[in-house]
Amino acid sequence: MQENDVKFLEDSFKKYYFEHFDLIRVPNRTSEREFGFQKFNSGMTRHISIKDDKELHLLLMQNIPSDVYCSNACYAFPNLPMNEKDWKEADLIFDIDAKDLNLECRKNHTISKCNECNEISTNSNNCSKCNSIKLEKKSLPCKNCIDASKNEVSKLSKILTEDLDVQQNNIHIYFSGNEGFHVYVYDSQFQQLGSRERSELTDYIMFNGAIPETFGMKKFKPNRSSFPDFEEKGWRGRFSQEVYGLKSKRSKIISELITNGYSSFQKTLEGISDKIGAKIDPNVTMDIHRIFRLPGSLNSKSGLTKILCNDLPKFDPYTEASFLDESSVEVMANCPIEFKLKNRKFGPYFNEKASIPTYVAVYMICKKLATIS
Amino acid sequence: MLALGQDEIAKYPFLADAGQYLKDKGFTLEQFGTDPDLKLLVEKAFNRIEVAADGKIYHSDLIGDQASNQAALPREVFSFLLAIVLLKLSGMNTLIKRFALAEARRAEKYLEKDLANISDESKKQLAIRIIDDLFSVQIKKQDDYFVIPISNYLKHSINFHEREWKLINRHVENGLVFLTPHETVRLIRKELGTYISSKIINAKTPPMISGFEESVSKLISMSKKFATYTVTTGEYPPCIKHAIEILEKGENLPHSGRFMLATFLLSKGQSVEKIAPLFKNAPDYNERVTLYQLNHLAGTSGSGTQYSCPSCEKLKTQNLCFAIPECDNIINPLQFGKKRT
Ligand code: SF4
Ligand SMILES: [Zn+2]
Ligand SMILES: [Zn+2]
Repeated sequence: MQENDVKFLEDSFKKYYFEHFDLIRVPNRTSEREFGFQKFNSGMTRHISIKDDKELHLLLMQNIPSDVYCSNACYAFPNLPMNEKDWKEADLIFDIDAKDLNLECRKNHTISKCNECNEISTNSNNCSKCNSIKLEKKSLPCKNCIDASKNEVSKLSKILTEDLDVQQNNIHIYFSGNEGFHVYVYDSQFQQLGSRERSELTDYIMFNGAIPETFGMKKFKPNRSSFPDFEEKGWRGRFSQEVYGLKSKRSKIISELITNGYSSFQKTLEGISDKIGAKIDPNVTMDIHRIFRLPGSLNSKSGLTKILCNDLPKFDPYTEASFLDESSVEVMANCPIEFKLKNRKFGPYFNEKASIPTYVAVYMICKKLATIS
Repeated sequence: MLALGQDEIAKYPFLADAGQYLKDKGFTLEQFGTDPDLKLLVEKAFNRIEVAADGKIYHSDLIGDQASNQAALPREVFSFLLAIVLLKLSGMNTLIKRFALAEARRAEKYLEKDLANISDESKKQLAIRIIDDLFSVQIKKQDDYFVIPISNYLKHSINFHEREWKLINRHVENGLVFLTPHETVRLIRKELGTYISSKIINAKTPPMISGFEESVSKLISMSKKFATYTVTTGEYPPCIKHAIEILEKGENLPHSGRFMLATFLLSKGQSVEKIAPLFKNAPDYNERVTLYQLNHLAGTSGSGTQYSCPSCEKLKTQNLCFAIPECDNIINPLQFGKKRT
């Protein structure tokens, strides 16, 4: 990234941290957490321990990081190397990202930037100018992406509260600042679990590895009475809703399932897994030593804030997560598709000068679709 | 520690404090070596080990969970305690392991029965408390099931490979997993075995007691018999058996399967020449290529690095795993069968 772009982003980020420090959510047991940060155009600094929010504020103002991270784990010695930290426990965290949902809309708002000649286009396989296949993809997620992610978050919350006995007030949902959500679970029975156990939990939540027997289907002589019913809790209940649909159809569908046999039943289970399982990133949940973007901090992929969603259905990240100011700046913009921020439409720009508000400029520069002119 | 009744100690003799028990009953170890009546109990103890070494479960004098007569109860406990003394005197670890395992299986049966007991609430409570005290697994009765917190369940179940133990295949509700008495006990099988064997391993070895010599030396020669035979049971794990079957049928085994089979057999010390013919039924068999590949894996050509057999986890993702109960607690097919000794 060019120097004046970095300078512009740093100025904007600094102003944000100065004016909106109240949005930062320092986790409880602050001094037991590992912090880390990254500066524009440089690598990651990890294994930092911080006493309290004053110290954090100082770190932000002095370093003006592009990204700030904090561990979900608590350690006795958070600033020592990983194997000496002495892991105590970790909050349960889930990552839901629009890019993992295989959405149809993605191709409409994904832009490729050629690494060889910098050409920007909507062609996703090779550069339209020099034919290179070294493309960097930039997505400007749309409402559909956000809605689909929200839907996964709702499925997850339901499983957490109904099956896993997590209290609703211990589930905190954050917009990640880019294209997804981070779901934090505090004070659950799972705090002490290691990564193998957490990986089992993710299979449960994603509806992975289910066998026909669990849903009453046996290899030999299956018995109608052991098939799931609507009133049942957990996956058997959800199975009923998804597979039978209506109460009146239950009996007929059970007959069909039995006639079609065991391996067809297994296929049915695999088929509904996408729909009824929550699409979380299992690698994130099972990693008990990870550092996560700090709630309330800015995401350098977009300049948007990782912000708490109090009302998920109504939440609109492109108005509620944008906190940078309106003052106008001149940029060279190259963004062949239209996008919306704070309810205003911008673009498309075809390698042209534009005068746009700071929050839009930051968004575009973060996505490498504009430079300060 | 739990306060135990006479018949409970007979069922779960590993819970008793051995020294205290003898003292309470007014016996010394020496008496068992000299008194002809008591000496019968040493033979009973020897027999208890012998049965265990054979991989069977000692069939006790307890009928159901009631002793046939009152005198049978102390005999049960004595034979267990004396068996430990004999094992310690023999110093044979292979026997200790086998004995602990068999005793664990025996206790499992009683625990399961006690948990399922509907007529005697106190028996059930005791079983629940044993499980909690020894293994920190908190179970509660709920309708016909026992429930245990998910987090607690996972700590044990992740060592099982069969899919029915996956959380997704369990009845889960309100943060709890529902289990039958059988499954509850099965869940702590490994811990039970470990508990009993650590109790034996940590017990003090007494000086040789006159009258015990013969049994001890018989144990030592018995364990020699096992020493050669117990390294592995010689059985191949199901994944390997399955791969061999496919090849024998002349069906196509994917590359990952061939890799697993070859590295497994090479690690077991088989030669490239011996392994190669296994592949000759494969639809795409080519002797030269097969030998070349095997030599490569064995490290006798090319880079010189010997490839190792993939982990169970890896094989599972490649759909090559066909886990059976004996696969529990292992992470690599090479460990199959070893843990049973
Ligand atoms: S668990 Fe391991 S040893 Fe057992 S079948 Fe699967 S891969 Fe083979
Ligand atoms: Zn190009
Ligand atoms: Zn979209």
